Amino acid sequence: MRLSPCIAIAMEVPPYRLSGTVYGALLNHRTALQALGDSMDQPPYRAAPQAPVLYIKPRNTLAASGEPVLVPSGVTELEVGASLGLVIGRPSCNLAEDHALEHVAGYLIVNDVSVPHSSYYRPSVPCKARDGFCPLGPRVVPRAAIANPDNLTIRVYLDGKLRETASTAQLVRPVAKLLADVTDFMTLSPGDVLAVGVAYPAPRVRAGQRVWIEIDGIGRLENTFMDGPV
Amino acid sequence: MRLARVACAGAIHAAQPQQLADGRSGVLLTDGRTLAEEEVVWLPPLEVGTIIALGLNYAEHAQEFASGKSEEPLIFLKGRGTVLGHRGVTRRPAGVKYMHYECELAVVMGRSARGVRRSDAFQHIAGYCIANDYAIRDYLENWYRPNLRVKNRDGATVLGPWLVDAADIADPGNLDLCTYVNGKLVQQGNTRDMITDVPSLVEYLSSFMTLTAGDVILTGTPKGVVNVDVGDEVVCEIDGMGRLQNTIVGDQLFGR
Repeated sequence: MRLSPCIAIAMEVPPYRLSGTVYGALLNHRTALQALGDSMDQPPYRAAPQAPVLYIKPRNTLAASGEPVLVPSGVTELEVGASLGLVIGRPSCNLAEDHALEHVAGYLIVNDVSVPHSSYYRPSVPCKARDGFCPLGPRVVPRAAIANPDNLTIRVYLDGKLRETASTAQLVRPVAKLLADVTDFMTLSPGDVLAVGVAYPAPRVRAGQRVWIEIDGIGRLENTFMDGPV
Repeated sequence: MRLARVACAGAIHAAQPQQLADGRSGVLLTDGRTLAEEEVVWLPPLEVGTIIALGLNYAEHAQEFASGKSEEPLIFLKGRGTVLGHRGVTRRPAGVKYMHYECELAVVMGRSARGVRRSDAFQHIAGYCIANDYAIRDYLENWYRPNLRVKNRDGATVLGPWLVDAADIADPGNLDLCTYVNGKLVQQGNTRDMITDVPSLVEYLSSFMTLTAGDVILTGTPKGVVNVDVGDEVVCEIDGMGRLQNTIVGDQLFGR
């Protein structure tokens, strides 16, 4: 039984291709954590997150720049979760923070699309793992081309109009710290992607709209949202 | 048919069960070699794709953790890095108080499934494995619970020993599961007590995502989970599917 090939994204450095697994860090942007405020100490959460909280965008969610994203029937709006994505270059287990970046092959843009949901108590897989809900790209920029991944501006445009400006300077765990804390409990493999965090509020998009996400030095990820089959 | 993937003498082989002349259990490689079970390295029986796991899918296990009944199945995803073969070792970090096994029926998809009805679900299933899906409850947080630090640890999803053809399992809805720790029976259940059964799971999951050949559904565990410690040997068994063995080890082996 062979795995179906992962979508091809241009990558001129090892490992040259993605593994097909994308991990995302929940609430790793200060704006997202601040938006929860005191509710973090109330049920069902009862405390702010301690270790990194991750989610998985499985292989059926992956899409390239230019591919349409289908809005499921019965859903009016989707969230555009714009994030910097780290592409892992070497097996990464129990990394020390000061050497963590050496394990990154390069960077790309991740659009973590979700059906809006207000509770983070359960993993919300039906909101996050629908087909095509993780456009990636437009290419993998080698690590050496980005001087500082912790100071990148992310811009989201809907139909050409700027709707959100965020920065990786506002991450709760900056890139190297996030890699160290995640690989303390699980190994990341070459070609895995780690989306480092989405700002709050995530712009909402409807069928018929074009979404561009730009990150300085990486490029622009473009996808049009369309009505899915009924 | 039952098929395993094993490493032996410099290569990876497909292997079938074969009893040795002296009565011990062994494997027959496709190239004709017969070897004892402990003479090969057991890999997970397939290269897994997406791993979808069910929480609280047996009523009495759900009561063990005093949770309210949920409207929809509780599902979470796992990465491929957690998968481990038969006879492997799983790390228990020092200082942890509650690490437990979970014996589960693993469903392996054989054909893509999108919008598949319950009545057609079995046409999309290639076969079944035994899974032992460890959890470390010390790390539970109420964010996307069960969080990956609890359920997505390296080598903590034991799968195998065989991929058993769907045709060889008459009724996946009536299989006894049990777990032994150091030879003592600690967990017992039957897949008939699943809250959402196998064909309903395929229908539910394929209603919102495409399942592809090689994707694996871990269907949940019955009641009877207890703490395991370094040195414990954990064996999970399911009717007609063999026995899946694993040993708990400490940090030292991993240089921690």
